[in-house]
Amino acid sequence: MIDWLVTPFADSTIMQHALIAGTLVSIACAVAGTFVVLRGLAFIGDALAHGVLPGIAIAVLAGFSGILGAAIGAAVMIGGITLITQRSRLSSDTAIGLLFVGMLALGVVIVSRSGSFSGDLTRILFGEILGISVTAIVIQIVATVVILAIAAICARPFLLLSFDPEQAQVAGFSVRLYHNVMLLMIALTVIVSFQTVGTLLVFGLLIAPASAGALLARHIGAMMAWAALFGVLSVFAGLLISYHFDLAAGAAIILVTIVLFFAAFAIQNLRDRRAAQRKEPGGA
Amino acid sequence: MPSLINAEDLSIGYGRDVVVAGVSFELIPGEAFALIGTNGSGKSTLLKTVVGLLPPLDGRLAVFDGRPGADHRRIAYLGQFHQSGFVLPIRAVDVVRMGRFPGLGLWRPMTRHDNDAVREAMRTMGIEALAETPLRSMSGGQQQRTYLAQVLAHQADLLVLDEPTSGLDAGGRELYLQAIDAELRRGASVLVATHDIQEEAALCHRVMLLARRVVAVGPPAQVLTPETLLATFGVVITGDRKLHVIEGRHGHEGPGKPPG
Repeated sequence: MIDWLVTPFADSTIMQHALIAGTLVSIACAVAGTFVVLRGLAFIGDALAHGVLPGIAIAVLAGFSGILGAAIGAAVMIGGITLITQRSRLSSDTAIGLLFVGMLALGVVIVSRSGSFSGDLTRILFGEILGISVTAIVIQIVATVVILAIAAICARPFLLLSFDPEQAQVAGFSVRLYHNVMLLMIALTVIVSFQTVGTLLVFGLLIAPASAGALLARHIGAMMAWAALFGVLSVFAGLLISYHFDLAAGAAIILVTIVLFFAAFAIQNLRDRRAAQRKEPGGA
Repeated sequence: MPSLINAEDLSIGYGRDVVVAGVSFELIPGEAFALIGTNGSGKSTLLKTVVGLLPPLDGRLAVFDGRPGADHRRIAYLGQFHQSGFVLPIRAVDVVRMGRFPGLGLWRPMTRHDNDAVREAMRTMGIEALAETPLRSMSGGQQQRTYLAQVLAHQADLLVLDEPTSGLDAGGRELYLQAIDAELRRGASVLVATHDIQEEAALCHRVMLLARRVVAVGPPAQVLTPETLLATFGVVITGDRKLHVIEGRHGHEGPGKPPG
């Protein structure tokens, strides 16, 4: 059993790099994902994860850094959403949706010019966790530290925003400023994480562990800790499953996060039911 | 004595829609001032304008002799709705601690003085035993006590409260009235929107009756008459010793106080 768990990582640097990068992505996604879940930003998180696609596609075809391409894609995405919501009466949901499908289609159109269409597309959507370079790990470490620093510095305004934006404003923390800082943090997470698990699956690591954390935790710090734990567990288990059964690694990781979410969901429901039963005899 | 709030011919509302025009009043230190009216009468709009969440549409409004919302350290606000719902995992004590954030800003760590203020506020509202309880497993009344404790923990010069007793049981209301009394004795001022003309409003130094216009302003004994209440609420029944108000256009609490 130990053999089954350890050997894949002991034998191969590819698997070691995958585990390290996956762990870093899980930590970054736990922090950013906590606020995605608490502030109801799932849709913009999803849109960002896909909106970066054309940027990455151009980068792949033109041969420059995918992270730079993703950053350009995210900037266009956020800029477009802001422009539409400020200059029209359309809701931000509508603006996000428009940019989302537009950018996704643009990405596919660009990639379709490439010789190995489906290979490139799969690589962008599902990542290359089994092809992580040391440079990529260093970039991921720096980004994770930056994300943790942003969350630590903005802990009070972020908590107030998640609690009640009006309360944040009256307490002297600009809602617009800190909302944008939060979006920036989420965008940074998506941009650096897509290499590891792909644009499609960043989103899974962004919301599934954090939602499971929200169900189990009693305060926001615990929610992040739970989310990080679930994320790291998913990466570890997903990599093992993909190694032993020869399955796609990125998708295996995401499936594990979703299974873990439903496990947390079941635990929370059982707990609630038991609490309700304990209350009933007393007539509370 | 300098006034905490000074409104002259103020128009309030959302965007271009004026809800109430021609509001003039002054709030002095140590004074309790109640806004009375149905939902949609402009109470919440006025409170939001005072705390700086809405810009004044016309006229003049000075809070602490400055722009509304400029001095967040001196003002505590209890809104009517909390958007967090039940998603945010947060303990009661964390909610109350947020009352110290305006004074601490982004960086300064919580001191013993801050923690004492938090504990004291929770004791005042009778929830010190619930400190570690998640907000989502508390009853509506306990949650409202927690929000009130947050406002008290601030130790602000001006408390702006939007229907602070909604959801409170009799014990909670009693604790709230005592707490407000203590805040006033400390020298703080209170601006409160309420439906409760018997207890809460009667204890205030002055009241303003609102019905998308200012119906009357003055001490409760002078202002709370069947005529003004009729103009404010629509339907009034005078009982043996008390006035009873039936609110026709009431949004979220049902038909209000039953007669008799």
